[in-house]
Amino acid sequence: MSFPLLTATAVLPALGAVATAAVPAARRTAAKWLALVVSLATLALAITVLVRFDPDGGRYQLTESHAWIADFGVRYELGVDGIAVALIALTALLMPFIILAGWHDADPLETGSRRWRPTQGFFALILGVEAMVIISFEATDVFLFYIFFEAMLIPMYFLIGGFGDRAHEHGEEAASTQRSYAAVKFLLYNLVGGLIMLAAVIGLYVVAGNFSLQEIAEARANGSLHMATNTERWLFLGFFFAFAVKAPLWPLHTWLPNAMQESTAPVAVLITAVVDKVGTFAMLRFCLQLFPEASKWATPAILVLALISIIYGALLAVGQRDIKRLVAYASISHFGFIIMGIFAMTSQGQSGATLYMVNHGISTAALMLVAGFLISRRGSRLIADYGGVQKVAPVLAGTFLIGGLATLSLPGLAPFVSEFLVLVGTFTRYPAVGIIATFGIVLAALYTLVLYQRTMTGPVKQEVSAMPDLRARELLVVAPLIVLLIFLGVYPKPVTDIVNPAVKSTLSDVHKKDPKPSVEAAK
Amino acid sequence: MSATAVHSLWTTAAAGTDSISKIPAPKIEYGQLSPTLIVVGAAIVGVLIEAFVPRRSRYYAQVFVSAVALCAAFAAVVALAADGYGTTKAHIAAMGAIAVDGPSLFLQGTILLAGLVGLFTFAERRLDPEAHGNRVDSFAAQAASVPGSDSEKAAVKAGFTTTEVFPLLLFAIAGMLVFPSANDLLTLFVALEVFSLPLYLLCALARRKRLMSQEAAVKYFLLGAFASAFTLFGIALLYGYAGSVSYARIAQVVDGTVTNVDPALADTMGNDALLLVGGAMIVMGLLFKVGAVPFHMWTPDVYQGAPTPVTGFMAAATKVAAFGALLRLLYVVLPGLRWDWRPVMWAVAIVTMLGGAIVAITQTDIKRLLAYSSIAHAGFILAGVIATSKDGVSSVLFYLGAYSFVTIGAFAVVTLVRDAGGEATHLSKWAGLGRRSPLVAAVFAVFLLAFAGIPLTSGFAGKFAVFKAAAEGGAAPLVVVGVISSAVAAFFYIRVIVLMFFSEPRPEGPTVAVPSPLTMTAIGLGVVVTLVLGVAPQYFLDLASQAGVFVR
Repeated sequence: MSFPLLTATAVLPALGAVATAAVPAARRTAAKWLALVVSLATLALAITVLVRFDPDGGRYQLTESHAWIADFGVRYELGVDGIAVALIALTALLMPFIILAGWHDADPLETGSRRWRPTQGFFALILGVEAMVIISFEATDVFLFYIFFEAMLIPMYFLIGGFGDRAHEHGEEAASTQRSYAAVKFLLYNLVGGLIMLAAVIGLYVVAGNFSLQEIAEARANGSLHMATNTERWLFLGFFFAFAVKAPLWPLHTWLPNAMQESTAPVAVLITAVVDKVGTFAMLRFCLQLFPEASKWATPAILVLALISIIYGALLAVGQRDIKRLVAYASISHFGFIIMGIFAMTSQGQSGATLYMVNHGISTAALMLVAGFLISRRGSRLIADYGGVQKVAPVLAGTFLIGGLATLSLPGLAPFVSEFLVLVGTFTRYPAVGIIATFGIVLAALYTLVLYQRTMTGPVKQEVSAMPDLRARELLVVAPLIVLLIFLGVYPKPVTDIVNPAVKSTLSDVHKKDPKPSVEAAK
Repeated sequence: MSATAVHSLWTTAAAGTDSISKIPAPKIEYGQLSPTLIVVGAAIVGVLIEAFVPRRSRYYAQVFVSAVALCAAFAAVVALAADGYGTTKAHIAAMGAIAVDGPSLFLQGTILLAGLVGLFTFAERRLDPEAHGNRVDSFAAQAASVPGSDSEKAAVKAGFTTTEVFPLLLFAIAGMLVFPSANDLLTLFVALEVFSLPLYLLCALARRKRLMSQEAAVKYFLLGAFASAFTLFGIALLYGYAGSVSYARIAQVVDGTVTNVDPALADTMGNDALLLVGGAMIVMGLLFKVGAVPFHMWTPDVYQGAPTPVTGFMAAATKVAAFGALLRLLYVVLPGLRWDWRPVMWAVAIVTMLGGAIVAITQTDIKRLLAYSSIAHAGFILAGVIATSKDGVSSVLFYLGAYSFVTIGAFAVVTLVRDAGGEATHLSKWAGLGRRSPLVAAVFAVFLLAFAGIPLTSGFAGKFAVFKAAAEGGAAPLVVVGVISSAVAAFFYIRVIVLMFFSEPRPEGPTVAVPSPLTMTAIGLGVVVTLVLGVAPQYFLDLASQAGVFVR
């Protein structure tokens, strides 16, 4: 038996989490270094996965399959396609930066009991989330996926509620209340989504008799497993609901601004750049493959919701006073694009959506982490409290600008490619949808540039006049992300090469072909 | 001799045709009944210990005898199961009174383990501060002394302890062992009383808040007696219907496969009104014991007032025993009637799930909260009962096993959090517990997550099993109600976690007592079982599914 690479990629951070949690209370710095080293080692494993993965090979590669709970028809089955590989790489890539950026976020303010070890807990929870996210990208058994899809809520919940942003206009008491409100809201939304999915998972078992994605998809394709139209639709809705909460799609999005606003910047990045991707990923992997007919049936409604997300998120981002809420609503707009790309059912659309997931992860991480550095300097999240920062801290302002430009999909930066692909892919099948979605880009330019203008330009405000520029650790976080944004903006081929074959096979599952170009090329 | 023959004892006597001298000596399979016999024997030894052993060494003698008896009885269950009595050799013992089959042995094993863990929490003597230099447990110094009176003070000063709780516990366990394996209605009723009466007493024995404890016991006793009366009336009606109290015989009459109708009963036999009313009354009595809505009223008061170790034991073991009996009744006696009872049970399950979950939201006392949560769980288990399939039985068995360890563990944690007035059960006092004692709070959080059915805990595996069985049994709407009430229930479990971890500790908040190894074992076992059944439930699911067949 070959080395179980996929298991190792998920187990390593899990073990790292346990080890980090066990570091004695006084050795706080050791815990941080341990977490960083584990996340780097996981990155190394993820790169190995990336290298060993052959884009032109079989659909699922590096597969592992073991008996687990026979009574439930559940097997421990892992396997990755190109989409999963790209997202695993993204997750593993962002983790070291998240850990580095959050280096001081969980230092205890006051000494509680002897055994109170917030720092160890913070980094252990981050690694725990990483492990669960990675395994849910790898799982090809619906039940296995579901378990980690749900279980990941618990460490996330503690990260949001236990380690909030310390910058709060009404003091620590109010911050604590709002934080636990945000954490509970996050958990309840996602738990309800997950439980509704549980009903659908059980329903799927009753219909199919097992949970293997490959077996069910195959049986559906060759007609040996027939689902009544209504059954399929209900099951699809059960799954989609959970993923739409996670993604998040309007009108199930309202937990995201709270959660991102109240958590520390690295945790906010973890939510939006990593954990939420499981939702959109699962739409591609589970909704489309398990319920192709229902997916097609639901496409018009989902496209409308995605459009609303795009425009509504962008409009609300324009109106925000709080930097982190602004980024949250911008993310909602971007998730609208991703979901639109997935359900456009064209190869450009879905490739674009996958690429978008990766690029959105990197660009949001860059923007949000720099915003976090900015906020920690001034102790306020309000846009109005800043002004003229670029004169005092030019590097900070510059990196913030690049992060912002990436968010508005400036050509030359990575998100442009994916947004373009999504729009083209949507336009070829649903021209009206594509045209309306384009307004999202215009609004994106508005909210990003206005944010930059208000915080970074203009006369230097009294409170920011002594603001230090980025420190070495912070530069180390931001610089690689920006390099990546530029690299993938100029040369996205490495990612698209991995993603494209997987998208093709997903599309063939739903029996959709790309529409022919309506205008004949000029001879 | 056949199962029906012994019941001809009454019928023939009524007919007056046979002479009494023809009654043969009963044949008792002592080996197969050994788990129950061991526990009853130990309980009697316990009573003798109370009478003859000096007060000073009673505690140790009682704990020793009880622990040995429970372990031996568990060993006997395992030996019987290994011998194949759970599967191939399953049959009806003791002249048709006791069924020795898979569900019996599985539930007896669960009850014995829960009893053993419960015993550990009963025997805990390090939580309360020492009174006059004597270590004290959770039970009143002298049950007969009036709360607050001089005689109570004298009893406390003399260092009395109510070591009678151990034989009471054993008697209760003995009754619970018989309850799910009873194969005729009279045995069922006797078992019901044998385990209920000691529980009524135990509820009244709290050392702190004695008035509340006694009030709880009175409520439990009155309502319990009421429920028992219903059950007994139902038994009488069913006897009138079938001319027998034997499960097998009644099932035959229900199915209409009986030919030799007794002339004395010809008037009433086969009268469906008797069957429906009688069956409903017995089921009502059982639903009272499991705490299903609308027969749940006693649960919060009794759970809150009873000494917490008793609450934990009762919440776990009573539920196991009562669901066992309910399963046997519905699957063995009344399967022919399932088109009548299934709609009713649907309604009961739905109101139980929703009612328990919704009312729990408003609770401010941790023990009441857990009481309502146990009501909601009774609803989930009922969903498995309704499946009327082999999977339904095994999923219920698995759920009961998983649930009892979580419950005892959770209540054991409740005993640790204390302030000057004893246990600090008001939720507001739990604020910030996670900062002060991260380990205890984390353990309790694990139990709460298991109650909430979060994956990787036993609660999820159990919930999945019963919902799967229900969905396969055609009860898909029940599954939907189940997940909705799970979501509601999750809210209040999460609220406790928020309180423990995200709220600021109060300056005058409670302290966490350091327990003896006994309670630590109970809690540790709870955590281990919760996680093992969550991550690798296959072995236990296999066990439950092997045990999922009733003998007729």
